[in-house]
Amino acid sequence: MSEPAATAPVRRQAWVIAAAVGAYGLSFGASAVAAGLSLGQASTLSLFAFTGASQFALVGVLGAGGSVFAGLAAAWLLGARNLVYVVRLAPVLPRSSLRRLIAVQGVIDETTAMATARDGSPGAARRAFLETAVAVYITWNLTTVAGALLASAVPDPRAFGLDAAFPAAFLALLAPRFTGRLPWLCAGLGAAIAIALVPAAPAGVPVLAAVLGVLPALRGRA
Amino acid sequence: MTRWVAVLACSAGCYALKAAGLAVPARWLARPRLQRVINLSPVPLLAALVATGALASGTRLVPDARLVGLAVAALLLWRRQNFLVVVLGATIATALIRLA
Repeated sequence: MSEPAATAPVRRQAWVIAAAVGAYGLSFGASAVAAGLSLGQASTLSLFAFTGASQFALVGVLGAGGSVFAGLAAAWLLGARNLVYVVRLAPVLPRSSLRRLIAVQGVIDETTAMATARDGSPGAARRAFLETAVAVYITWNLTTVAGALLASAVPDPRAFGLDAAFPAAFLALLAPRFTGRLPWLCAGLGAAIAIALVPAAPAGVPVLAAVLGVLPALRGRA
Repeated sequence: MTRWVAVLACSAGCYALKAAGLAVPARWLARPRLQRVINLSPVPLLAALVATGALASGTRLVPDARLVGLAVAALLLWRRQNFLVVVLGATIATALIRLA
């Protein structure tokens, strides 16, 4: 009601983003159950890992019969970008160390995008970060539970095509990163490495080896 | 049991990566080449997850109805549909092929 004028549009935008993330949370919950995780395990990941691509990667590798190590390595590699986001957002995060340690949990693709879009004003950037982090955290966790419950009600996930949800979800995560030639090259290389290794290496290892697909980024103008 | 180990280790590691960012001085990441590698590193990993998710079955390559689902997903992404539509489209297309 007596909200500062600037807060309302930011909050609305945050919830629009959260709604989009909710669709993704539903499919995460469902995929996790289809891959053999329990509702509690899916929710633990959403509460404490809270980074979509890593969670999907762990569940995808485990579901495909990969080792725990391969699943973890893929998840951690994908989570490493959050470290970079935290460095970038350091001036925007709260100042007290306890609050900083809580706030870093909210640093993901979506919140970083919202905050860095307001780089000129630290106050606005901090508000955008916090509003988005809260909205996305709530939505992500509720939709994880909903997706897991929905999938638990399905007797045979494969018959319903749920195994096709994984590649589709990863493609949707990948699509916005295709800006220019270099990402296409890295993606093609990563996919080729993984496919070539599938018959030769234990499940999960081909995905890890695919990180070498980033090598073209080392070359060229620095 | 091993699933819980994986879930807890994944959670702890993903949080630790975020918290570690608080201790890294910004100038360490200032080199443009390093920035480019870090920004691009999810791309080959995600592409590998797409490829193996659509083609692999254990340690074998098994082209099946999932490929049709993936093609539908690609089409829907190209038409700028949202995440749920893309995933549902792929799922339904795959299920329909298996019914046929």
